Amino acid sequence: MKYTLSVLVENHPGVLSRVAGLFSRRGFNIDSLAVGVTEDPTISRMTIVVNGDDYIVEQVTKQLNKLIDVIKIKKLNPKEAVERELALIKVNANSQTRSDIIQITEIFRANIVDVSKETLTIEISGDEDKIEALIELLKQYGIREVVRTGLIAIERGNKVISKSKSEEDE
Amino acid sequence: MAKMTVARAMVEVLKSEGVEIIFGIPGAAIYPFYDALYDSDIKHVLVRTEQAAVHEASGYARTTGKVGVCVATSGPGATNLITGIATAYMDSVPIVAITGQVNSSLIGKDVFQEVDITGATAPFTKHNYLIKDPKKIVKVLKEAFYIASTGRRGPVLIDVPIDVQMQEIEFEIPKEIDIPGYKPKEKGHPLQIKRAVEAIENSKRPVVCSGGGVIASGASQELQILIERQKIPVISTLMGIGSIPTDHPYYLGMIGSHGQKEANLALRQADLLIVIGARLADRALGDTKITDNMKIIHIDIDPAEIGKNVDTNIPIVGDAKQVLSEINKRISERKDFWAYEIKAQKKVLPDDDKLHPYDVLREISRAYNGDYIITTDVGQHQIWAAHNLYIKEPGTFITSGGLGTMGYGVPAAIGAKFGRPDKEVISITGDGSFQMLLQELATIKREQVPIKIVLFNNTRLGMVYELQKKRCTGRFIATCLDGNPDFMILAKAYGIESMRLESKEKLKEAIEIMKSHKGPFLLEVVTSPDEPTIP
Ligand SMILES: Cc1ncc(C[n+]2csc(CCOP(=O)(O)OP(=O)(O)O)c2C)c(N)n1
Repeated sequence: MKYTLSVLVENHPGVLSRVAGLFSRRGFNIDSLAVGVTEDPTISRMTIVVNGDDYIVEQVTKQLNKLIDVIKIKKLNPKEAVERELALIKVNANSQTRSDIIQITEIFRANIVDVSKETLTIEISGDEDKIEALIELLKQYGIREVVRTGLIAIERGNKVISKSKSEEDE
Repeated sequence: MAKMTVARAMVEVLKSEGVEIIFGIPGAAIYPFYDALYDSDIKHVLVRTEQAAVHEASGYARTTGKVGVCVATSGPGATNLITGIATAYMDSVPIVAITGQVNSSLIGKDVFQEVDITGATAPFTKHNYLIKDPKKIVKVLKEAFYIASTGRRGPVLIDVPIDVQMQEIEFEIPKEIDIPGYKPKEKGHPLQIKRAVEAIENSKRPVVCSGGGVIASGASQELQILIERQKIPVISTLMGIGSIPTDHPYYLGMIGSHGQKEANLALRQADLLIVIGARLADRALGDTKITDNMKIIHIDIDPAEIGKNVDTNIPIVGDAKQVLSEINKRISERKDFWAYEIKAQKKVLPDDDKLHPYDVLREISRAYNGDYIITTDVGQHQIWAAHNLYIKEPGTFITSGGLGTMGYGVPAAIGAKFGRPDKEVISITGDGSFQMLLQELATIKREQVPIKIVLFNNTRLGMVYELQKKRCTGRFIATCLDGNPDFMILAKAYGIESMRLESKEKLKEAIEIMKSHKGPFLLEVVTSPDEPTIP
């Protein structure tokens, strides 16, 4: 099972290494980890995708909570969250294949962001499945390089995860 | 607001936190701090290796309940602290460690005596800081003391580059500390407490497993009220020894692979286990399997401990003292004490003409009647001490339970004596452990610390030797300590009185001599290498 954790942390140097170190030290598997600053510049948000069972996720959450720089953790329910990942895919393209690739790109509502004689670079955002599907289709042309950001996620509706420790954070 | 250097400000914060004593060794990267210390009343104890500085701070912290403070320079000074910091982390001892760091502009360039100590200690500090902004020092130091001494306690390290120490700042101590990500929870959840009370009252064979958290939170009295009202037998982890007097009629002893038979037996027969302030690590459980028909209540201030090693039915996050007093408000009386039978099976120790370690420890218990603070090292002697000493009060049995650090005992005793000069402090050690930090005899000499050292000399790394005897069919490698010094001559070199005890007839006399001696004293007990850990 995959779980998405949304983690608010103090925007200090060294926090990322503390979080990443905790995962390796305790033998937890992270699928992806994306970090960026929030609406409050003193706080960053990490979106962490963990692979494991209930016990692992509980342990990850509790151990993360012990880090002084971690302000809040929330396990996101995929049904109630918008999840996105950004990927840049550089694929081989020649005069015969170019129009096929452009068509595929359009079907996926992706964008071509760079063109050269032998390649096209495609930008796509979406959930993991969508990106996987595009990569799968492009494989036949020969993928040169893929860069992915890892998942970011936000809850649907008017719910927010904020600094105040009021609601459910355990 | 006064203007002063960061170094001076550091000393001012230490004073405001009530720090009376610091253990450490100076160096070029920390000299401004030391220079500022010169003008203060804070006592500085010069140790002979930085590892001892943390252990001494730890012994001090564990006997006083205050935060222990140690200081080292950058690079090798800082790395020498590591074992001691990890030891304090595993046993939840509140320590603030201050290290000097190279000039901030040189950080990351592998210059002379540079080491990434915050990176190195991140896995086993509760939190740590590298100070880059001089204006932050006061707030950070205050936070460090707060973090170290609240919630589940532990070591905090602060690394201060030398140029930062010398900068001038406006000094003002903030009134309040607000760390958004750190809000320890002390009160247990009322519903969980209600469930716990019901589970205890409905159980037939409840057992309390008491850990170091009971001592740390000062919950011994509350624990006694609970177990006496509900007639619950108590077993303890190594860290929990002393949380209830070892002669209490309901105390069955220490559990685990090196535990007492009665305690392990009670654990196996229980239908309800109440774990308080213990993490139930592998050594504590030994080969006891927690089965589905045993319910578990787990009380701990650290939510991450609950459910980590054993599944829990009723988790209660909170301070043991607070949670237990809430439980006590609601709990009824019980009539029968179910573990009398187990208690009756208590093993009788062999009584022959040979001088056994347990004879020595029991004689010490008798002579002092538990009026002492004991520290131990790691090995057979530690287990002998855990099984045979009379421990009367919480916080008077000090041992490296979590990390199992050899060399802990003597420095911890030094720290303990500084913390509680009114108490007799006795360090129980082995010839292997003692030699890991024996340079602290110099600290004892210089400071005239009147501790007593009882050294069990079996010319072996006894506990490993015993393991090789059992598991490797006697293929002994690297466990014979040939080349041991004459410990009495060694003690003499440091101006410390000593005596060697080799026979049972001299036992009483030897303990009397040790007890009546005013200064530091070393009692070497010659022990057979084949003396088992558990007879
Ligand atoms: C720093 C450290 N190194 C190694 C060990 C492994 N170890 C555990 S017990 C032991 C032997 C201890 O010997 P000694 O202090 O003489 O005590 P005894 O067992 O003989 O009573 C060793 C080497 C340890 N616990 N700590």
